[in-house]
Amino acid sequence: MARNKEKLVLLLDVGPSMHGVLPEVEKVCSMLVEKKLIFNKDDEVGVVVFGTEETNNELMDEVGGYENIVVLQDIKVVDGDLIDILKKLPRGTVDGDFLDAIVVGMDMLIKKYKGIYKGKKRLCLITNAIHPTKDSLEGSKEDQVGTLAVQMTAQGMKMESIVVRGILSQDANKRIMDENDRLLSIFSKKTRSRTVYVDSPISLLGALKTRRVTPVTVFRGHLELSQQMKIKVWVYKKTQEEKFPTLKKYSEKAPSTSKFATHQVMVDYEYKSVDDSSTVVPPEQRIKGYRYGPQVVPISDAERDAVKFKPEKGVKLLGFTDASNIIRHYYMKDVYLFIAEPGNTRAILAVSAIARAMKEMNKVAILRCVWRQGQQNVVVGVLTPNISQNNKIPDSFYFNVLPFIEDVREYQFPSFNSFPASWLPNEQQQMAADEFVQMLNLAPSGKEEALLPEFTPNPVLERFYHHLELKSKQPDAAVPPLDETLKRITEPDLELDFENKSVLDSLCKHFELKENSKLKKSARRLLPEKPSGSNGEDGNGNVSDARAVDSIGQEPVVKIEKIGDLTPVQDFEVMMTRRDNPEWVGKAIREMRDKILSLLTNSHGGDNYLVAVECIIALRKGCILEQEPGPYNNLMRYLYRYCQEKEISTFPKLLASMDVTLISKSEAVDSSNFTDDEARRFLDKIKPEPKD
Amino acid sequence: MDLDPEDVFKDEEDDPDNEFFQQSESSKEYVVYLVDASPKMFNTTCPGKDQKDEIHFHVSISCIAESLKTQIICRSYDEVAICFFNTREKKNLQDLNGVFVFNVAEREQLDRPTARLIKEFDCIEESFMREIGSQYGIVPGSRENSLYNALWVAQALLRKGSIKTADKRILLFTNEDDPFGSLQGAAKADMTRTTLQRAKDIQDLGISIELLPLIRLDEEFNVSVLYSDLIGLDSEDLAQFIPSAGQKLEDMKDQLRKRMFTKRIIRRITFHIVKGLSIQLNTYALIRPTVPGAITWLDSVTNRPLKIERSLICEDTGSLIQEPPKRFQPYRNENVKFSMDEISEIKRISTGHLRLLGFKPLCCLKDYHNLRPSTFVYPSDQEVVGSSCIFIALHRSMLRLKRFAVAFYGGSSRPQLVALVARDEITTAGGQMEPPGMHMIYLPYSDDIRDAEEIFPDTEDDAPRADKDQIQKAAALIKRIEMKDFSVFQFANPALQRHYAVLQALALEEDDIPETIDETVPDEEGLARPAVVKAIEEFKLSVYGDNYDEENDHLGKEKVGGASRKRKEIAENAAKDYDWADLADNGQILLETLG
Repeated sequence: MARNKEKLVLLLDVGPSMHGVLPEVEKVCSMLVEKKLIFNKDDEVGVVVFGTEETNNELMDEVGGYENIVVLQDIKVVDGDLIDILKKLPRGTVDGDFLDAIVVGMDMLIKKYKGIYKGKKRLCLITNAIHPTKDSLEGSKEDQVGTLAVQMTAQGMKMESIVVRGILSQDANKRIMDENDRLLSIFSKKTRSRTVYVDSPISLLGALKTRRVTPVTVFRGHLELSQQMKIKVWVYKKTQEEKFPTLKKYSEKAPSTSKFATHQVMVDYEYKSVDDSSTVVPPEQRIKGYRYGPQVVPISDAERDAVKFKPEKGVKLLGFTDASNIIRHYYMKDVYLFIAEPGNTRAILAVSAIARAMKEMNKVAILRCVWRQGQQNVVVGVLTPNISQNNKIPDSFYFNVLPFIEDVREYQFPSFNSFPASWLPNEQQQMAADEFVQMLNLAPSGKEEALLPEFTPNPVLERFYHHLELKSKQPDAAVPPLDETLKRITEPDLELDFENKSVLDSLCKHFELKENSKLKKSARRLLPEKPSGSNGEDGNGNVSDARAVDSIGQEPVVKIEKIGDLTPVQDFEVMMTRRDNPEWVGKAIREMRDKILSLLTNSHGGDNYLVAVECIIALRKGCILEQEPGPYNNLMRYLYRYCQEKEISTFPKLLASMDVTLISKSEAVDSSNFTDDEARRFLDKIKPEPKD
Repeated sequence: MDLDPEDVFKDEEDDPDNEFFQQSESSKEYVVYLVDASPKMFNTTCPGKDQKDEIHFHVSISCIAESLKTQIICRSYDEVAICFFNTREKKNLQDLNGVFVFNVAEREQLDRPTARLIKEFDCIEESFMREIGSQYGIVPGSRENSLYNALWVAQALLRKGSIKTADKRILLFTNEDDPFGSLQGAAKADMTRTTLQRAKDIQDLGISIELLPLIRLDEEFNVSVLYSDLIGLDSEDLAQFIPSAGQKLEDMKDQLRKRMFTKRIIRRITFHIVKGLSIQLNTYALIRPTVPGAITWLDSVTNRPLKIERSLICEDTGSLIQEPPKRFQPYRNENVKFSMDEISEIKRISTGHLRLLGFKPLCCLKDYHNLRPSTFVYPSDQEVVGSSCIFIALHRSMLRLKRFAVAFYGGSSRPQLVALVARDEITTAGGQMEPPGMHMIYLPYSDDIRDAEEIFPDTEDDAPRADKDQIQKAAALIKRIEMKDFSVFQFANPALQRHYAVLQALALEEDDIPETIDETVPDEEGLARPAVVKAIEEFKLSVYGDNYDEENDHLGKEKVGGASRKRKEIAENAAKDYDWADLADNGQILLETLG
């Protein structure tokens, strides 16, 4: 698929003012090639650096000029050497001229392919564009750029410019910067070019799309407003997660020295009967079963095809509604993009008109979509306008899937206003929080928005490709630590924190956290885990800094000293919680045991049984709480014998129905000798008749 | 190779979302629906749809029937029992009067819902009076206490399983706020006391009792007579339980439906706000796609399930591989090998916690910053006291300043940036519509965002843009085809409904598969109304002129016929230059509402 190959020339500014960001440039460019080596092996790449002491390019040889530009690598199919070159970019000594570099890059692409290649040709320029470009010999610089732009379009080239500015570039002459920006904007206006400005190392790493994905339409057809009016649209994915690469399984059975070994692993599935694992059931004897509650309902494919839901392919409008009716967190999926059929002016106008009207009126559209014929479900989703900021690019829509009734769990949560006053922030606390939210601003006006998703690379993938490259050189290379630049995605920006130290301190001062002393296990869970590759100085996560343990227990108000006849359970419970003397617990258990026995022996026709069972349950609970199963278990065995002797059947039956078992090991870890099973079997034993 | 398309044996790393969407079997719920069947439940009505009154008993039954159907789809591991009290007949293991446990064949009393249970329960009202009967069980002079008995039976039903692995709940449907109202003096006090004690014991066992009060138009359900004590309400919770008199049935049903299921926490996470300040949050999945359950392969001869054995075979030697194999990536002409440990090490770039990075204005969160369904977070003081206070303070600040928080969520499957968007609580008469808290929206990385809109700029020309007139015509059209009360809870998933209708019919060996309605098709009738047709034609004309049919010829042949005649009419009408939007605003044209 020749058409699908990309020919790319990297134009990299290596002049002195760029030295500070060259490590990032090296990283992002080698990542680009690393990914090409895996996903687009046939792509061809050339590398041009400018701002160098030396000069080495064909144009200089042929026509003169074009100084301080070196072709580091002629255009060739990507390979490992290219990465090595990109990882060691030369540090230049003079301020480079990006226009000259663009000409050199275009010249390379034109000479190499001379119109024989119609596929993708791309220039990628990384510069800070703060130094003046040379005056052109004839006409203004604007004219010169205009000519270049015409040439670029004619040759089917595309350019991507990443301009490094802000804190990353030194203070520069504003007039020159403005001129350069104007010149670059001519490219954006007249060619298929894109210019982005970045001012942090993270966004530099994120600004260059390192993986080339050929967009594929999800749907081509009509957006049906009604039966009478349909607009031709194409639907693409706007966002789609770039997944961690699926690695193949490696077999070490064949000797690693064997030249012909593939080391591939085949995965084989055998379907066997649950009852008889020696027989393999052949495919034609298998049938799919679908769960419906505990039942599994067998349905053959033919049966299912006959009755299943079969919607017609198509995208239909259900209606428009206020944007406020669709809350953002209802979005279910990654995002689709609806564009009018390319080249279809009327469709583009129709999309543009609806999108702009929707925007003005603050409306969204609800659509029902079946992307493919034969699809077995429909999606209902929301269409929102995307008004283009670029004159070259038509207006379009974004689309996201909305939940069906079945997808929504309507849980109720307590209203914050219903919380006790002590849980609610007071005025000072609220002020501290307000200030904190205001000051810890990632998108201050006049500065680049930090951590903009468009410019934030995936740190895990970066780490993987980095490790892959290391391993290709040294197979046992350890997993490298997370790149320092990318760490700023995962952790707060120390600089921002430092600037706002007083606000942060005030927040900490106003809010106090305590570990809940009633929970035993919490301490373990809250200890911070260390992330891999962290150098260990990170103490951010430790709650213990703020921990103040509240150890004052609750004193029972009424001091009960004896289990009475009226409310034996309550009396017992109160006694068990008395902590003024350790003997209370033993006394409570003893008294309760006596109470139970007296209730049973003094029962006439079972009238005390209910109370007795309640007492037994309370005793059981108390013994588990104190982790003292002995008295309870002994009592139960005694009761069992007692009932057998007296031939009492209703009482054991009652106990069984209430699930009153012995205390098992899982309930009293150190002191019970009964497993769950044994504890339960006791119940079966005292149950007089088997369950029907 | 013969592979199951919906392969359940995918490697974990191939399917990191697994845990994200699946309900785990370990978080089971055991529920006893305890329904008052006293005569009052049959005599009392509340006005329903179309001014038709619905009796309270029917409301309870239909709520339960609905929740059973949801349950068998989404949470089929949960177990339920249905128990009526104040009945004439009795049926329960304890043989207590006035309590009837409803069940069907091949099912324990507390068990997973089955197709048969759903079907028979659906028509229980037809046979109820004949087979179960309604009779109030608490009368002066008798020591019977049907409420006490009912609670006891429910408790016994719930003795199954450990409280550690299952949530146990009793949902009590009644319209009687004063069950012992007919009694006097000591008898009343005694019964009240024993009933409350019973309820307390039940709760002490870790079983929760929830009240679903049904109310009349003219009368309040006074929770404080008995039930606030019985279910252990704090004064703060009281307000939630006293629905106003005259509440509409739909609202009541709404509230009942919402309270049928307990909240399930997906995870408890620690949220680092700044150094030294970390609070505890619980996360909940309020929105997740519900999909037909996984396929189980059966032997078509015996209908017995099959087990699938996977074996790994070395392609070079043909030998079986026992140990978990290493992975490799072809790169630079060789195979670079990774152990599974290395792979998980690469992915672990942060602690599993949520770490605050800063705040941004809400407008920075674009429509295309989305990858998956969001997760709801709500504070918990259970482990770290004071969590709620900070959370609420930040929540209020974020709402007031219109900011969202950006945080890094370092989970193991996909560590990523998230937006935390604060939402204020929204309540209506029907209860809470939107809970207070924050929604965690998963943000894409630069590698996840594509620029398909940029691939087709036409040559040197600027892209066509709609002019003022076209936009105005589009606006008129939008006003015509407006869904005023659209809510995302509006549609049932037709594919899922169909799937389960088929399963239910087959499971019960019925001949006919019940029809299911696809609620998602456009309202053709509404779209065919003259005013709508007119607005569409006007818009069409403003954009396509007379060329619409030609332009759409090869794709849209079917509609050519009548269109040209219509267009002529429209052209004539348009000449009169109506301001449609204006007319609509002034009510001169009936606004069309689709829904």
